[in-house]
Amino acid sequence: MGNFDKKIARFWEVFLNQNGYTKVLTGLQNTLTIAVAGLVIGIVIGTVIAAIEVMPKYKRLPRILDGLCAFYVGLFRGTPIVVQLLVTYYVVLPLLGVNMPPVNVCILVFGLNSGAYVSEIMRGGILSVDPGQMEAGRAVGLSYTVTMMKIVVPQAVKNILPTLGNELIVLVKETSVVSFVGAADLYVAFSYIGSNNYEFMVPYLVMALIYIVLVMVIAMFVRIMERSLRKSDRRN
Amino acid sequence: MIDVIDLRKSFGGLEVLKGITTTIREGEKVVVVGPSGSGKSTFLRCLNCLEDPTSGSIIFEGVDIADMKVDINIHRRHMGMVFQQFNLFNNKTVLGNIMLAPLHIRLTELRKKKIKNVFIKIYNLFAGNKKPLYETNTTRQQIKQEVRENALRLLKRIGIEDKADAYPSTLSGGQKQRIAIIRALAMNPKVILFDEPTSALDPEMVGEVLDLIRQLADEGMTMVIVTHEMGFAREVATRVLFMDDGQILEENTPDRFFSDPQNPRAREFLSKVL
Ligand SMILES: Nc1ncnc2c1ncn2[C@@H]1O[C@H](COP(=O)(O)OP(=O)(O)OP(=O)(O)O)[C@@H](O)[C@H]1O
Ligand SMILES: [Mg+2]
Repeated sequence: MGNFDKKIARFWEVFLNQNGYTKVLTGLQNTLTIAVAGLVIGIVIGTVIAAIEVMPKYKRLPRILDGLCAFYVGLFRGTPIVVQLLVTYYVVLPLLGVNMPPVNVCILVFGLNSGAYVSEIMRGGILSVDPGQMEAGRAVGLSYTVTMMKIVVPQAVKNILPTLGNELIVLVKETSVVSFVGAADLYVAFSYIGSNNYEFMVPYLVMALIYIVLVMVIAMFVRIMERSLRKSDRRN
Repeated sequence: MIDVIDLRKSFGGLEVLKGITTTIREGEKVVVVGPSGSGKSTFLRCLNCLEDPTSGSIIFEGVDIADMKVDINIHRRHMGMVFQQFNLFNNKTVLGNIMLAPLHIRLTELRKKKIKNVFIKIYNLFAGNKKPLYETNTTRQQIKQEVRENALRLLKRIGIEDKADAYPSTLSGGQKQRIAIIRALAMNPKVILFDEPTSALDPEMVGEVLDLIRQLADEGMTMVIVTHEMGFAREVATRVLFMDDGQILEENTPDRFFSDPQNPRAREFLSKVL
């Protein structure tokens, strides 16, 4: 194990004295930014899609919108996120003539991608709300959209908060591919440390540990949230 | 007030309402009775177009609201509805439940007026004959205050103003249903539709809800009530509609209907439930 001690010593050397830790912190920050901002965008997109999907379909407009949503969801669920990143960064944005920093591209793509997944979660949430709530809103003269946004969606969100927490965990894990388009995440940071002293065992081990801790912390928050939500059901 | 003309409603291939024609006049308390599955709820829900009629007309204050082109939301404001399952908004407090619709509607109106005024002002810059502006003196705060005071007044009326900030999940069924009734009242409706308002209640809570409905009836509110409470129907109704198999088979005064029903099916129904 003397060998392993030496490896750890070399890791610390790069981590502390050759700027390793700033890279790790930047990587951590980018990972969390992409995951959290992506989820926020995803929730907005997902809510809109879900609201369209559960709309009554006897008019033409909802049917057209529904088709568009189905296409969108199919597109983003049917392709790997790496492919979506690469195509956006190297094909779509150049064609549009848009220049964006890699992290922003990642936020955009993760947002669009999780929008497709959140829409399914949100639709389940909306369908789990008693239809009587929508009827009561309509019966007092509120429109479908207003009732949806003021009555149904808030209750749906409450029902699916834990699931959204899990979606955040999924996003955190999936950010490990953002270096494909040049965003500096944990993988980039630890690869830097590894290649600086030709030793990858310890850096990647530490990287794995950081991901595990990250996921455990989020999972803990989700559990706390779940418990306090259950309490508020019984509140005065 | 409401003219129902040859109202029909089908779910898929199943025809649930088979041509209903009747008139509900101002101040009437029309009670609808009939066996389970006869289409009473569907009839009531067609009156405010919660179910869109398959054919026929619902003329409410001179407008055919069954016509898909009318803005149903505007007309529904004048028709309250009370559900069997109360359907209070679970994410709102008691006060929030009562205030939501009036507040939203008045604030939206104010916003629309302000937007229109901008256009009128632009028009007035160029036109010779100036158009008058809409009045927008009441502020959002004042509107909120008014709606809130009205909601509290209604809560006081049913004696549970101390529950103003409670959530529906903490209330008894009787409290929920009475709040649902004043939520409808807060819109100053011309008519209130009740769909079995006491069927989901524990027996000891039926009385308080019926008392409130009776009060409203005495004050002259127009009502259409679907109920299985025959005693209450007889007492409060000015007219009874007996429905079976998607049709009105008998239309009569309560005394005549309950003591001497004309239709054989009505006779059979009454012999079972009385
Ligand atoms: N949304 C719907 N889709 C399909 N069928 C329906 C729907 N709503 C009602 N029905 C059917 O229409 C018929 C009449 O239902 P309705 O609820 O109007 O009866 P009801 O007289 O109110 O009965 P109850 O006394 O049990 O409340 C029933 O056969 C019911 O199954
Ligand atoms: Mg019914």
